[in-house]
Amino acid sequence: MGTVPQVAWLIAAVCFILSLGGLSRHESARRGNFLGIVGMVLAIGAAFWQAIESEVSGGLSQGGLSVLAVALVVGGIVGGLLAVRVAMTGMPQLVAILHSFVGLAAVLVGISVFLHGHGGAENTDVIHDIEIFLGVFIGGLTFTGSVVAWGKLDGKINSRPLLIPGRHALNLAMLLVCVLLGAWFIQSSASSSDLIALIIMLLISFVFGAHLVMAIGGADMPVVVSMLNSYSGWAAAATGFMLSNDLLIITGALVGSSGAILSYIMCHAMNRSFLSVILGGFGTGTAVASAGVDRGDLVHTATTADEVAEALKNAKEVIVVPGYGMAVAQAQHPIREITELLQANGTRTRFAIHPVAGRLPGHMNVLLAEARLPYDLVFEMDEINEDFPDTDVVLVVGANDIVNPGALDDPTSPIYGMPVLEAWKAKEVVVFKRSMGSGYSGVDNPLFYNENTDMLFGDAKKSSDDILQALRR
Amino acid sequence: MIIGAIKESASGERRVAVTPESVKKLVKLGYQVLIESGCGAEANFPDSFYQASGAEVLLDRDSVLAQADLLVKVNVPQSDEILLCKEGCGLISFVWPAKNENQVDQLRQRKITTLAMDCVPRISRAQKLDALSSMANIAGYRAVVEAANEFGSFFTGQITAAGKVPPAKVLVIGAGVAGLAAIGTAKSLGAIVRAFDTRLAVKDQVKSMGADFLELEFEESGEGEGGYAKTMSEEFIVAEMALFAEQAREVDIIVTTALIPGRPAPELITPEMVASMKPGSVIVDLAAQNGGNCKLTRPDEKVVVDGVTIIGYTDLPSRLPTQSSNLYANNIVNLLTDMTPEKDGQLEVDLEDQVVRGTLITYQGELMWPPPKIVIPSPPPKAASVEAIEPAGKPSENSTNHWILTFVAIVLGASFLWLLGNYAPAEFISHLTVFMLACFVGWQLVWNVTPALHTPLMSVTNAISGIIVIGGLLQMGSDWQSPSSLLAAAAVLIATVNVVGGFWVTHRMLAMFRKQD
Repeated sequence: MGTVPQVAWLIAAVCFILSLGGLSRHESARRGNFLGIVGMVLAIGAAFWQAIESEVSGGLSQGGLSVLAVALVVGGIVGGLLAVRVAMTGMPQLVAILHSFVGLAAVLVGISVFLHGHGGAENTDVIHDIEIFLGVFIGGLTFTGSVVAWGKLDGKINSRPLLIPGRHALNLAMLLVCVLLGAWFIQSSASSSDLIALIIMLLISFVFGAHLVMAIGGADMPVVVSMLNSYSGWAAAATGFMLSNDLLIITGALVGSSGAILSYIMCHAMNRSFLSVILGGFGTGTAVASAGVDRGDLVHTATTADEVAEALKNAKEVIVVPGYGMAVAQAQHPIREITELLQANGTRTRFAIHPVAGRLPGHMNVLLAEARLPYDLVFEMDEINEDFPDTDVVLVVGANDIVNPGALDDPTSPIYGMPVLEAWKAKEVVVFKRSMGSGYSGVDNPLFYNENTDMLFGDAKKSSDDILQALRR
Repeated sequence: MIIGAIKESASGERRVAVTPESVKKLVKLGYQVLIESGCGAEANFPDSFYQASGAEVLLDRDSVLAQADLLVKVNVPQSDEILLCKEGCGLISFVWPAKNENQVDQLRQRKITTLAMDCVPRISRAQKLDALSSMANIAGYRAVVEAANEFGSFFTGQITAAGKVPPAKVLVIGAGVAGLAAIGTAKSLGAIVRAFDTRLAVKDQVKSMGADFLELEFEESGEGEGGYAKTMSEEFIVAEMALFAEQAREVDIIVTTALIPGRPAPELITPEMVASMKPGSVIVDLAAQNGGNCKLTRPDEKVVVDGVTIIGYTDLPSRLPTQSSNLYANNIVNLLTDMTPEKDGQLEVDLEDQVVRGTLITYQGELMWPPPKIVIPSPPPKAASVEAIEPAGKPSENSTNHWILTFVAIVLGASFLWLLGNYAPAEFISHLTVFMLACFVGWQLVWNVTPALHTPLMSVTNAISGIIVIGGLLQMGSDWQSPSSLLAAAAVLIATVNVVGGFWVTHRMLAMFRKQD
C-alpha cells in the first residue's frame, strides 16, 4: 500500500498548480482557492493515513497520533480565528505573520529531522546534512524577518530603516560564520557538537533575518513581504529535500518562485534593483533631496470639500489614485459612495492602481473590493496612464510618491526613473493629505505646487465624507 | 480694525476695491468694513448687497476716510483724500510710486503704511495677490473684444449659403498674462492666432492656448528678471522687425503687449507696417500707457490711420468693472489673509516677509521703496541636459561588466553542476529535477496572475506553503515524547494555523471582489 500516499500527493501537487493557475483571473479565482483547499486536505489526509498505517505496524504510538490530531485541531482553530478577525487593512500584517509561521515550522522540522536522524546515528550523508543546515537557516531568517516585518507593518516597530554602521560587513560576517559552522556541521560526526553548530547557526540566522528587515523602510514593505513569501517557499522546499518528499519540494518551489516574481514586479515598479531594496537604507537620501531644490518659494493652494464636490459635479472623467493613506484612514467606503453618486451623474469614474501602492502587492485592490467597489472600475498603471490628459479631475487619496512628477523629469530625485501615475496631466488634481509632509521615501513632491493641483488637507475619511455630503446636497 | 472703501475719484474709473463677496471674507478675518454709499454702483454692486454681506454703508466719503484704519482703493488717493485720512492708518492700492512721487511723499509724511498692489514681487508665493496679472488678464480679453467691435468681419471662418467667410488672422505680440488671455479669447472667437515673444520659454504656453508660435532663426532668449523680457540685441531686433513687417501685410488684427520693466515700450509696429495693413484692420496697443508699441498709438484714444484703427485705451480693466473689481478685491483679501495670521482683524506688518517688504512703500514715516533686491534662484537650465548626457557614456562599460558577470555565472554554474553530477546520490538528482521543473511551472503560472489578485495570491501561496505540515506529520516518531517528535508536533500546529488561516482569509477576500452590475 506504500504508494497510496504518494499518489495522493501527486494529485495534491496538481491541485496546487491549478490553484495558482485559477488566480490568474477574477472569474476563476474562487475555484483556484477551492482547488488549493482540496489539495491540502488530500495531502494532510494522506500523511495522516501514512501515520496511522505506521501506528498499525507499530511505528507510531497511540499517544503520537493523538498529539498530532490535537495539534491539527488547535492550529486550525487559531488559524480560523486569525482569518475571521483580520480587517482588510490588516492584511499585510497577517500575511507577514503567516510567513513567520512557515519559517518557524521549517526550523522545527529541520531540528526534528536532525535529532531523529542522529538518534539513529547512521546518517552521515553530506547532502542530507547540507539540506538540514540550509533548511534551518532559511527557516530561521524567514521567521525573524517576518516577525520584524509584521512589527513594522503593525506599527509596533518604527518603520524607518534602522541603519547600523557597517551593516553590510556585519551581514557578510554572519553569513561567513554560518558557512564555517556548516562546514563543521558536515565534517563532524559527533551529534552533540553538530547540535551546537546547528543551534549557533540558528541563532545567527535569527539575528540575520531581523537585521535584514530592520534596515528596510516602510515604503519598501511590498518588496519585503513578497521576498519573505518567496523565502517561506524555499524553506518548505528545503524541508522537502530533507524528507525526500516531492510534494513539499513542488509546493515550496511554486511558492518560492511566486514570491520571487512578486518581488521582481515590485522592484521593477520602483525602478530599483532587488539587491538595493534588500540591502536596505532607502529613504535616507532626504537631506540630499531637499538641499538640491529649494522650494521655499513655492505655494500650494488649499481647497475645501465643497469646492471639490463642485468640481466633481462638473467633471465628465474622474480618476481616483488611492495610496496607503486611504488604507490608514479607512476612506475606501465613502470613496466608493462618491463613485456611485458620480456614476449616477453620468461621470465616468475609474481607479488607477500603482503596483507599489499600499504595503502589499495588490493591497489597494483588496481594500476597494472590501468597500464593494466593482473590480472592473479598477485599472493598473499601464492600462490607465495615458488617459490622464483627458481627465477632468484626479483625486489622489493618501498617495504621494507614486504620483511624483520628479520621478520622470528630475534626475536628482531619489526616485528618478520610477514609473509613476501621471496625474499632473489632468485638468485638475485634488490631493487628499494630512499635511504638507513628504512621502515615505522622504522625497518632496512638485505635484503639490502645480497650478492645477489643489490640496485638501485633513483626514482622508473625513474629507471624503464631507465631499459626499456636499455631493448629496 | 476698520477697513474703509470709497468711490474712486479718477475720471472714468469704474472699479472698486471691495465687493460684497470680499466683504464676507474680510469680516471672517475679523475686520469691520465701512463703505461709501454708491462706491460699487459702477461695477454693479448696489449698497444693499454690501449691507447683506456685513458692511456698514455711510453716505459721505469724508466720514469713511475719517474712521477707516485701513483704506483700500484701486487708484492712488489724491492729495485731498490723503489729508482726510487718519494719521498712521494703512492704505492698500495701486500706487505706481515712480510716477506719483508727490502722493508717496505725502503718504510718508502722514505716517501711512502704504502697500502697493503694483509692487507685489513676482514670485510664485505671491501669485494669488498679483493684481497686475489679474488686471492684465482682463486687459487681454478686453483688447480682443475691442478689436472685434471695430473689425468689420467675423472672427471665425464660416461657409454660409451666401458664400465663404475666411477666418480672421490675429497676431499677438508678447505672450505674458495679457497676451495669453488675448490669444485664448481670439482663439475662442474662432480666429487663426499667431503669437510672438522673445522669451522662447513661453512657446509651450502659447501652443497650449491653441496659437502658432512664430520663431526667428536666431539663438537668443529674451528671458529677463522676474519673468519679464529684456532688451534684445540689434541683430535680433532687425530680424524681429522683418517678421512683423511680413505678418502685418497678412493679418487683420494685431494685439501688442510688449513691455520691458523700467523702460518705454519698444516700438514694434512702424507707420510703414500700419500702412501696409489691409484697410479695416485693427491694432490694439496694450502698451499705450508706456508710450505704445506702435508709434501712431495715442493713449486713451482710438485713431484711424490709412484705414487701420489703432486703439490705445489704457482703461481696459475698468471697462469690465464687475470682473476686475472681483479679481482685484480677491487679491486684496489674499494679501490681508497673509497679513492677518491670527484672523483677529489686526494688520501685522512683517518686514521679514519678502512679499510684504516688496509691497511696502511707506511705513512709520519712512520711505521703504524701492525694496532691497530679492534674489530669486532661477533653476540652472543646463543641469538637466548635462545629466542627460552623462549616462550615455556608461552603458558600454556596464555591458562589459554585464558580460563578465554572465560569464562568471556560467562557469560557476557549470562547475557546480559537474560537482553535483559526480558526487550527489541519484535520489537527490531526481528531487532536484522535480524542484527545478516546479520552479519553472510556478514562474509561468504566476506571471499570468492579474496584479489585482496579488494579495489573494500571496495568501494562497501562504496557505499552501503550510504544506510543511506534512513534514511535521511524517517526522512524528514512535516515541511521541522524544524531543524530535515534540518539535514535529509543534511544527504541525504552527503550519496548520497557516493552512487554515491562509485559505480562509483568501476565501474572504475573493468573496468581496465583484463585477459591476
